[in-house]
Amino acid sequence: MWKWFHQLASPPHFYRISAILAPWLAIPGTILIAYGAWQGLFVVPMDYQQGDAFRIIYVHVPSAYLSMMAYMIMATSGAVGLIWRIKLAHAVGAAAAPIGAGFTFLALCTGSIWGKPMWGTWWEWGDPRMMSELILLFLYFGYMALRSSIDDTTKADKASAVLALVGIVNVVIVHFSVEWWSSLHQGQTVFKKGTMDADMRIPLFIMLIGFTMIFGSMLLRRIRTEVLYRERRTRWVREMILSSEGGA
Amino acid sequence: MDSGFAMGGYGAYVWSCYGLTFVIVVLLSWRGRLRQKRVYRDIEVRLKALEDRE
Repeated sequence: MWKWFHQLASPPHFYRISAILAPWLAIPGTILIAYGAWQGLFVVPMDYQQGDAFRIIYVHVPSAYLSMMAYMIMATSGAVGLIWRIKLAHAVGAAAAPIGAGFTFLALCTGSIWGKPMWGTWWEWGDPRMMSELILLFLYFGYMALRSSIDDTTKADKASAVLALVGIVNVVIVHFSVEWWSSLHQGQTVFKKGTMDADMRIPLFIMLIGFTMIFGSMLLRRIRTEVLYRERRTRWVREMILSSEGGA
Repeated sequence: MDSGFAMGGYGAYVWSCYGLTFVIVVLLSWRGRLRQKRVYRDIEVRLKALEDRE
């Protein structure tokens, strides 16, 4: 297990393995999303309270879940990079940030669009779920800005890893905000028993799996780029590019 | 068919969410590919220049 882990953490090995893995995540992920979206839009019965507006759940929940998952990946890889000084870990964090920011923006937009017909407002400044999700977006922006403002990669890695670790507090707040405080946002529904009929829940799980696979594929591709950039002066990159075996 | 797209009056909200999701996912994927190609090309150019000099 440890041998496999150490092998995977080796940049040239990871670069080769990820090239094989990425399409195996992207293709089934796209099929699952297409199927889940079709089910969510046309097959699943409408909700008795929210009507057809509830169909937004099939894009809102996966994007909100990925917004938090990407941050957890960023923070965990930051911790691994700081503690064990694994070079690949910092590349993972740097690669996860823009994807996480994209899904956080999407969660905020779809939530706001869903909120208008259900709550009568696009945005509520006092709502803990909305505000903590907005802070999450700013944390992503801060992480990326901090990285690009420091020229020394090692220093940038360390500083951004610390910021990512501090920001975990906000991810916990995002998750539990609907339980700790009164919020316009509905409480936990997806994993709570008896809150959703199986006809509605199964397409949501399909979408969650599909989105996770697409996210995995995007992440692998971005880590590969990050690895290539960081290792640009190494022998293996030189040999790979000159022999044109690696492919872009 | 029209009623399917109208979504009981919520069509604009539902379709805009799905459309935006599609745009963001495609954009994230495309940006990732673009950066990968750019980094690869930059290294290739630098290595070729080094080889020519040698």
